[in-house]
Amino acid sequence: MKHRTMGTDASLHVRGETRYIDDHPVPESCLHAAVFTSPVARGRITSLDTAPAMEVPGVRAVFSAEDIPGENQIGGIFPDEELLAETELKFIGQAVAVVIAENPEAARKGAGRIVLEAEELEPVLDPREAYGKGQIIGTPRIFSLGDVDSAWDSCDVIVEGRVETGGQEHLYLETQGAIALPREDGTMKIVSATQNPSHVQHLAARVLGFEMHQVEVEVPRLGGAFGGKEEQGTSWACMAALAAYRLRVPVKLVLNRREDLAWTGKRHPYSSDYKLGVKADGTFVAYEAAFYQNAGATADLSSAILERTLFHSAGSYFVPNTRVTGFSCRTNVAPNTAFRGFGGPQGMFVFESAVAEAAAVLGKEPAELQKKNLLNEGDMFPYGMKTSGCTARRCFSEAEQDFGVEEWRRKIEKFNGENDLFKKGLACMPVCFGISFTNTTLNQANSLVHVYKDGSVGVSTAAVEMGQGVKQKMVQVAADIFSLSPGEDGTYPVRIEFTNTTRNANTSPTAASTGSDLNGKATEAACIQIRDRLLHFAAGLSGVSGEPQLSLSHGAVVSGGRKTELTWKELVSRAYLERINLSAHAHYATPDIYFDKSKEKGEPFAYHVYGTAFVEATVDCLRGTYRFDAVRAVHDGGTSMNNLVDRGQSEGGIVQGLGWLTIEELLYSDAGRPLADTMNNCKVPDIYFVPDEITVKFLENSPNPFGIFNSKAVGEPPFMYGIAGYFALRAAVDAFRAGRGGGTERKKRENRKGLITTPMTPERVLTRLYD
Amino acid sequence: MYNPFHFIFNDRELVQSSPAGKVTLDFIRQDLHHTGTKEGCREGECGACSILLGTWSGSEKKVTYRSVNSCLLPAGSVPGKHLVTIEGLTFGSGLNLIQQAFVDQGATQCGFCTPGFIISLTRFFLESETLTVDEGLDAVSGNICRCTGYTSIRRAIESLLGRYGDALRGAENRTAALVEAGFLPSYFTEIPEKLRALYEKDSGGKNQAERNADTGREEILVAGATDLLVQRPEALLQQPLKLIDGERGMKGITVENGMCRIGAGTPMEDLRQSKELAAVIHRIGEYMKLIASSQIRQRATVGGNLVNASPIGDTTVMFLGLDAVITLEKNGKSRNVALKDFYLGYKKLDLEIGEIMKEISFDIPPEGMRFNFEKVSKRTHLDIASVNSAARIELAEGASGGGPKTIRKAVIAAGGTAAVPLFLRKTCAFLEGKKITGSVLKQAAGVMDGEISPISDVRGSEAYKRLLLRQLFFAHFLTLFPGEIRAEEVL
Repeated sequence: MKHRTMGTDASLHVRGETRYIDDHPVPESCLHAAVFTSPVARGRITSLDTAPAMEVPGVRAVFSAEDIPGENQIGGIFPDEELLAETELKFIGQAVAVVIAENPEAARKGAGRIVLEAEELEPVLDPREAYGKGQIIGTPRIFSLGDVDSAWDSCDVIVEGRVETGGQEHLYLETQGAIALPREDGTMKIVSATQNPSHVQHLAARVLGFEMHQVEVEVPRLGGAFGGKEEQGTSWACMAALAAYRLRVPVKLVLNRREDLAWTGKRHPYSSDYKLGVKADGTFVAYEAAFYQNAGATADLSSAILERTLFHSAGSYFVPNTRVTGFSCRTNVAPNTAFRGFGGPQGMFVFESAVAEAAAVLGKEPAELQKKNLLNEGDMFPYGMKTSGCTARRCFSEAEQDFGVEEWRRKIEKFNGENDLFKKGLACMPVCFGISFTNTTLNQANSLVHVYKDGSVGVSTAAVEMGQGVKQKMVQVAADIFSLSPGEDGTYPVRIEFTNTTRNANTSPTAASTGSDLNGKATEAACIQIRDRLLHFAAGLSGVSGEPQLSLSHGAVVSGGRKTELTWKELVSRAYLERINLSAHAHYATPDIYFDKSKEKGEPFAYHVYGTAFVEATVDCLRGTYRFDAVRAVHDGGTSMNNLVDRGQSEGGIVQGLGWLTIEELLYSDAGRPLADTMNNCKVPDIYFVPDEITVKFLENSPNPFGIFNSKAVGEPPFMYGIAGYFALRAAVDAFRAGRGGGTERKKRENRKGLITTPMTPERVLTRLYD
Repeated sequence: MYNPFHFIFNDRELVQSSPAGKVTLDFIRQDLHHTGTKEGCREGECGACSILLGTWSGSEKKVTYRSVNSCLLPAGSVPGKHLVTIEGLTFGSGLNLIQQAFVDQGATQCGFCTPGFIISLTRFFLESETLTVDEGLDAVSGNICRCTGYTSIRRAIESLLGRYGDALRGAENRTAALVEAGFLPSYFTEIPEKLRALYEKDSGGKNQAERNADTGREEILVAGATDLLVQRPEALLQQPLKLIDGERGMKGITVENGMCRIGAGTPMEDLRQSKELAAVIHRIGEYMKLIASSQIRQRATVGGNLVNASPIGDTTVMFLGLDAVITLEKNGKSRNVALKDFYLGYKKLDLEIGEIMKEISFDIPPEGMRFNFEKVSKRTHLDIASVNSAARIELAEGASGGGPKTIRKAVIAAGGTAAVPLFLRKTCAFLEGKKITGSVLKQAAGVMDGEISPISDVRGSEAYKRLLLRQLFFAHFLTLFPGEIRAEEVL
């Protein structure tokens, strides 16, 4: 079946009927929470006076660490994160106390009255400084392949440099929040804006001193997440639960934008060193890199994110000798966290910087080196896995042909020759991205499917809908296996239930682009169980015979290729009367993946997603401003389950990737205060920023047997096409510099050398144009 | 406890009460219990809370709709208006055409921003004369979407215009045509009559939200409120207010007898749309697009921006560069002040307590206005400038006989380069009587560098702002006198 709709959620959205956390009707007794946070980046609390908060009219209670009945600990991978600070202050914005009041305004006013005195210490904001002081989370990680040390001798050119990549604010439009609803027996229901309901359940239970079955977490949907609600939705849910537990009334906690911007973690900034050795013909020989990840104050998911940086450190290329090292460095800013790409973009960007430098030294187009070194079938990744079903070269070649890159390049050269104050640049970005959680355990999912006796279907999985279309894909799985007919409005009689821990237990976050694959495969298995029971039952009915030939097609039973009189609805109804089980629960675990951390080798990914994008930019060389003219990509999405959804994910990812490397700049004061604490100071792409053209062509005839219905995961990989945007800008800037008689090769080299810093703001462009 | 006031909420006439300084977003969500209007930022930066505000114009005998950020709209501006939220654009169980286009094109992902986009585009279809794609994009310039990358939204706009644009442009009654086509629910055709009735009933001006309690504290003068509600929302709830956004006498743009006069209460969007102004400043539409967003411009007033005295205010710098004069009034007495003399220090003005800015005016030279405005910000649109600058250059007469032209009068202003919006006195003085040559301009840039004092902040480093202003200074001359100098002479 071909599907081209966004599903029923889209209709709710456009009618304004969708309920996000702040829209849920709450009981009249519901109280509201606001959070008091640390005003210093590093220090020790010497006194905390919450009494003034209680004097604000409407304030009912204030809770701090000592009020926590269970463990004051919400660290996921490492137990290093207190829900409410006890004595040690680690970053500005760290939660210290929760104020509960009759309305959010009173709660915030109360929080504003709390007096905290602290012994202040000098904060550490720079990851290399943290590294120097031994502030490392976990252990340094080293991935290696071949023999790097002896490979340098066989290189014709060796380039080295340092790269600083900036952070990125998620700016999901719906801020963080949760509603905790105590139940009659003292247990707790939490409606949470999280990508990870089981995690919220686990940690709320830990904080409350409960067992997990005493906490139910429900997630109707999210107003955007991008990784920002994988780990960081948890604390707010736990605080609401703590207050609800103490006061035995419902408590709602929703951050406003300023709080969300100031208190929550971002994409990790990295400071990295690289060294790349190549042959004169452009063949990559050896690569060495060290990544200093700015983890922020607590571990959060940083170690897993660092790991993915290493997995993707050589991008879409084969480099026979590599050694990459990663350090997760503890600093005094809000814990940085998951964000689309999960460390992959930071690793790939460094490699692309090295490629650009090597190409400049060799006097070649970067694209020539990129193409020459693309992964081939059977090539070995630094983590010991070999490519299988590798389409890197197919994507690159098709992009070159379909988009007429040679002609395109000539046009740009002509333009640059004719224009002094405007210059264009073209760059390309081949992407290879591994699909699976690199923590093998997380690659499991379960699905609960009910066929109701009227033939309608309810599906429950742990997949959280956040705009990525996973609900629609789950509908398609059930509709396809049961071969249901759509109604007059084009929708199927399938409802995807809200994600709830009582229906799906011990689940993984909806993250790592795996939501559709894992939950889809589990749903497929559950649906097949029911379908087979129904067909077996149908075979026993008079008038329908020969079970092996029976199947379902378009709402009816088909026998020997011929449609029978028995409709889906009738079959279900009769099966119910004959006491056939119309429900199924199935579990899926991605087969054949493993990773041995002691050797840093294994086969951690079910498969890889490939693609290539070309980006054209125009720089106004008088003003230092710029525009992206076109992004054209060939993307291997396997056999797409839904073109509309997959195209939307691609376009959205591309624009977000361009934003990361251009206008989205996160600055901190010397005291560690985030300066991007309002949307006014935190700009993300608007409609005018968008390239005039974004073309995403999906590779044809590329079924992926490891994905649901032969599809490929699509959430994260397109983000990294944005990297080409940065290098397109650089190419345009360099064209201007060359036009100004940029001097000798040596001079050019000197100018180029040294630091690459992102994002490429108009300030960096202008400065580079005229340095 | 507050005076009840009349207004139309979607398809219903309502009588409700609210303090005038309450944010309309809260009024809608808390008091009217409609949650389709979303809170995304409370600072007019995301557009998730966009609503339509329809106003009956007694003189034009019609209803005009503006799309505004309800997070920056005081509830005191709602009485007598048609307040439309996303719920008011939805009919029955189906979708209107804009909603359907969004569904068909996949222009909604997480959905949180979507009601705001639908609202903005509804206003576009109601009010845009030209109904071009560019105007459609500008209509959503204040709406942020983090999911789609906007491409599908652009496709939705294009598909709607492709299919319905011609018919709508030619329609005699746009509202009726939109209802007929399926853009709007049918009750919209009855709104003008109902609003007129409210308007006429209220000739005594009684239909007002309660001005906050008279606490004896200073009355706050509220125009568009687009900055006040970001900076001082608490004050607007607690102090007495005087809302002047409804005062028709303070709005309007006239050009006659070589003078352009702009009412201080004129919304910035009116500057963008004004044909009279475009006849004087040809690229005014282009410049205004760089300023704020469509929603903000429909509320923010010119006078408000000037009084706000931000050192980087866009229209402030623009009017400084036009050599504008402002008219201030108190107790029926008025005085004129040159805008360049109005700013005494950081947020310090030559303005007495109780004085109100009524008008901004500037003269138009007989040979026509040579004016240019430049703005560079991290994000090109809806962003605070790193540096902005405006220049008005007049040439000495009789200099057309070949060779470089002579500057008779130079008016150049810059923002983001000092504690006040800066009139570059020394630079202007230096240029007067000089010929437009590369070396003169380079010398002038040196003079300019000496009279600015930018600081490093989130908008850029000091060094960048110095370099950028230099570039923008050259940009003025390269733009205004393309035949006189070439880029390589100055860069």
